[in-house]
Amino acid sequence: MREILYRLKDRYHLGTPTFQRTDLCFVTVRRDEIRAILTELRDMEGFTHLTFLTAVDWIEEQLFQLTYMVNNREANLSLGLRVLLDREDATGDTIHDLWPTAATYQRELREMFGIKFPGSPRVDEEFILEGWTDLPPYRRDFDTLAYSQQTYNDRPGRVTHDPKTHMQKTLYPSYPKGAK
Amino acid sequence: MKDVDDKFRKTDTEVPLREELRPRKVTTPDGQEIDIDPLRDYFCEAKPKVHPKAYSKIVEDFYNWARANSLWILGFGTGCGAIEMRPLMTPRFDAYRYGIQWRPTPRQANLLVISGYLSVKTLKRAIRAYEQMPQPKYVMGLGSCTINGGMYWDSYNTIKRLDDYLPVDMYVAGCMPRPEALLHGFMELKRVIREGKGEGANKYAENFDQYKANQKAVIKDWDMPDYNW
Ligand code: SF4
Repeated sequence: MREILYRLKDRYHLGTPTFQRTDLCFVTVRRDEIRAILTELRDMEGFTHLTFLTAVDWIEEQLFQLTYMVNNREANLSLGLRVLLDREDATGDTIHDLWPTAATYQRELREMFGIKFPGSPRVDEEFILEGWTDLPPYRRDFDTLAYSQQTYNDRPGRVTHDPKTHMQKTLYPSYPKGAK
Repeated sequence: MKDVDDKFRKTDTEVPLREELRPRKVTTPDGQEIDIDPLRDYFCEAKPKVHPKAYSKIVEDFYNWARANSLWILGFGTGCGAIEMRPLMTPRFDAYRYGIQWRPTPRQANLLVISGYLSVKTLKRAIRAYEQMPQPKYVMGLGSCTINGGMYWDSYNTIKRLDDYLPVDMYVAGCMPRPEALLHGFMELKRVIREGKGEGANKYAENFDQYKANQKAVIKDWDMPDYNW
């Protein structure tokens, strides 16, 4: 794994790699280089499988992070490439021509995070949600509790107990001295 | 039914009917051009009607006894609870010995078991399935999800009270209910029907507008006929 990163480091801007295991590593790359890196990994380094493409909402930093996880089956290596996008009007680059499966991931990201992928096939069609009119629900500024309370009726009588205090009261009713 | 407030976005654009339901011209095999309006030609526009009771109590009781002993379940699993219906069909729990069987299509079934959480998308299908079932028909809700939302109580996409949208005759509590609980639920449902209290379908017909309003409040892309019969 390290040799691959050494080879890439000469020509691309790589961030500090995070090794989760010897065979699993994450590294941040620049958006304009992701395509070249992915192509090189796929064609030269044997990373033939796109395991997933997913996003993280860093709302405090006003960023979206895309994670491209590619896998080399022969050497059993997984490499995660992170790309940071501006949260405002987020637009990613489609890679459906490198891996056709990416089109599905991009469609999901478009729907759940609102990240645009111009040129990806059927990216603007509904994927899982039907008739969704609100903010994309995986964004962290979407308040799912408030939405569900306002959209779906509650049945009264639902109570929540904090497990710690509830069990304390049940098992040791007189534990903090003086309490009933 | 509350709708979302201004904090949440709304659209007022009409959702177009799905393509196969729009009026169109078709050419018959004989080369004739005909206009078809699927909503009128393929679906019944009439609202469901209340099924009146039989003229005398003893006859009605006999009907109810017969209804209770003829439960056909629609094999439509919606949530985790669908997993528990499978062992029921096998020799281990063997629901068939109580005369309860699963059927593959709504037209052959009269008991709709909503086996867990319902996302809005599945609710749409469940409504269609329910309306296509012949009378007398019953709905059973499994698990806390159908009762008060269960652990999906704060989910953006699952309904919390099934009885807002479909008339429920029997709830089985649990997360998820074991097959034994389900069997007990079936026995209870039979008792309820024998007592003449399994009136869900009539309730649906009586409060049809209310149910439709509730359904349309959450299904934002209502692109199907109002009554899917
Ligand atoms: S009640 Fe529990 S088991 Fe049933 S659908 Fe909900 S979460 Fe799943």
